[in-house]
Amino acid sequence: MTAATLLPDPRLEGTLSVLAPDGSLLRPDLVPDDETLLSLYTGMRRARVFDDRAMVLQRQGKLGVYPCFGGMEATQVGAATALEHGDWVLPTYRGTALAMVRGMSLAHILLAWRGHPAGYQVDPELHILPFYIPIANQIPHTAGIALAEKRRGTGRVAMAFIGDGGTSEGDFHVGVNFAGAFGAPAIFVIENNGWAISTPTSVQTAAKNLASRAEGYGMPGVRVDGNDVLAMYHVTREAAERARRGEGPTLIEAITYRILPHTSSDDPGRYREETEAQAWKSGRDPGKRLRAYLESRGMWSEAQEQQVMQAMEAEIKAAMLLADQAPEILPEALLEHIYAEPLPEMLEQLEEIRALGALE
Amino acid sequence: MTATTERQAGQKSKTMTMVAAVNDALRIALERDDKVMLFGEDVGMGGVFRASDNLQTLYGEERVFNTPLSEAGIMGLAVGLGIAGEKPIAELQFAGFIYPALEQINAQMGRYRQRTQGNFPLSIVVRAPYGGGIHSPEMHADSPEGLVAAVPGVKIVIPSTPYDAKGLLLAAVDDPDPVFFFESIKLYRSVKGEVPEGHYTVPLGKARIAREGSDCTVLCYGGMVEVCLEAAAAAEGAGLSVEVVDLRSLVPLDLETIAASVQKTGRVVIVHEATRRMGFGAELSAIIAERYIEYLHAPIVRVTGWDAPYPPFTAAEHMYRPDAARVASGIRKVVEY
Ligand SMILES: Cc1ncc(C[n+]2csc(CCOP(=O)(O)OP(=O)(O)O)c2C)c(N)n1
Repeated sequence: MTAATLLPDPRLEGTLSVLAPDGSLLRPDLVPDDETLLSLYTGMRRARVFDDRAMVLQRQGKLGVYPCFGGMEATQVGAATALEHGDWVLPTYRGTALAMVRGMSLAHILLAWRGHPAGYQVDPELHILPFYIPIANQIPHTAGIALAEKRRGTGRVAMAFIGDGGTSEGDFHVGVNFAGAFGAPAIFVIENNGWAISTPTSVQTAAKNLASRAEGYGMPGVRVDGNDVLAMYHVTREAAERARRGEGPTLIEAITYRILPHTSSDDPGRYREETEAQAWKSGRDPGKRLRAYLESRGMWSEAQEQQVMQAMEAEIKAAMLLADQAPEILPEALLEHIYAEPLPEMLEQLEEIRALGALE
Repeated sequence: MTATTERQAGQKSKTMTMVAAVNDALRIALERDDKVMLFGEDVGMGGVFRASDNLQTLYGEERVFNTPLSEAGIMGLAVGLGIAGEKPIAELQFAGFIYPALEQINAQMGRYRQRTQGNFPLSIVVRAPYGGGIHSPEMHADSPEGLVAAVPGVKIVIPSTPYDAKGLLLAAVDDPDPVFFFESIKLYRSVKGEVPEGHYTVPLGKARIAREGSDCTVLCYGGMVEVCLEAAAAAEGAGLSVEVVDLRSLVPLDLETIAASVQKTGRVVIVHEATRRMGFGAELSAIIAERYIEYLHAPIVRVTGWDAPYPPFTAAEHMYRPDAARVASGIRKVVEY
């Protein structure tokens, strides 16, 4: 299926788009400056290359279970690029592209997906928190962080991501409602990719769209084409500006599609036909969309494309080398950082671990 | 001293994995009683471990279905269905995601019978894959049986063989109380065994002597049983006779079997994957100290996960999850005391 024969998807009804899937311009008023355009595009390309490579590395046994995001990079790259340094980002496990845009090093990301303790030691300066595995736990945290920033009057905002499935968890409703009740400078992005593992969004809720819930929390709800990075960038910026003006949180529902398996361990053949995924993959690819637009303005060439790709390949290679050189995990790591000071019985346990290591 | 079962003479059997045995039990439960309903996250397509494979096709979406993604919701739904007289079998996708459901379990499920003075008993089964050994992500290898064991009014069963998985699960379905059924993820596909066709039960509250011995008792359950058997076999090489008791059910606990073994050997090692502090071994140690201390020749040794979160993936798992070498070292400690 090509873009030309692409059928409208009812999921996208009422969403904001700046570019049509073929890259033609729908909203000239919402196009950011050239520098931003290029950084959005390279951000997406880099993220996609990393994601592809991570899946290969996982299959080679060099990463743990990896939650791929390929095809959904516009949602993450658009939203993260719209924030300022110092704003907070709370990602789900699928948020590797958010981490990349926030400047987390690839080596660090690789270590996180290897389960190396160093991968969890996120740099506080980056204001991105570790990938959240238990679903929706990050939502009340976002309210808390945003409330703290409000109290200090910093003008900073906190942005959390969550999946469509995740919006069924109690913590989602609780956290968004808290942010609304406190008028906290928070942004909640629902990355609605149509699926929660095998469960389609229609099974999660009878609600027609998830952004409409915003009304019940007393905040604006925005629906956006999540594969249109310019639209994503625009709505997130608007939400951030509102929050900084003291007007409280915004709920954004980004419509995208999980064209890949849930994670490296999932087999979607068990529960879905791939036709819909194929249509999104070939007809609504977020990178191709922006590239077509950039090319129409003479802002992008195949040579530049190759340059980005090659640079990224080299960067991943270097990151792998660095990750491989990460210090061996000592028994201490298991019991470190649980309390400020280890408890006496934990020190005994440490001795036990060491003694066992010596035995083996 | 294998516990008696209701297996009928002449019943045919098949070799199957533990997950297949669970699937077989679920199918029989659905077949036998129209009140049985099966639900949870992704249960419709068979669940992430395929424990409910094919059951939606066989029994329809009204009885086998996906829920919205909420563990508190799944537990609360089970309680509601139970109040209304249905027989829910609810699945928590991973035991590590039980935490949002604890209020429903502790404040409601465990108390409902007493709160209504017996008028609303809840015949609920909650299945939850638990434990490590397969290099899973953060939170996917937790063993929260100790947390649940602290809740009055619910029972806890943890099988270690395909035979027991099927028979205990069918007994849990028949049980008049809420039963938590923790299934070792590691064992789902790594063990195979003979499983009778058709319906049979293995009674709750009866331990199984997985290996007889006289020098030392190892108390364990679920994913740790094979590890303890491996350690016991190795100990035999060193001239030690180790008895491995597979508890099978933590609540109710088979005090008789524990007493007999402890009185025989006088030495006890307790093994589980959960943290040492407030892991189920703490309860076992207390019970043994309270009742059988005069039989002990050595202090009890616990071989457990450390007082730390279970580490993700392969990076440090080998240092956390008890293995045969660690169990063997625990055995040496009590024997050489
Ligand atoms: C509290 C909790 N329950 C269950 C899971 C297991 N799980 C991991 S991802 C997932 C589906 C999530 O779907 P969605 O929120 O739509 O996000 P997506 O994975 O599609 O990005 C489930 C059930 C979990 N990680 N946390």
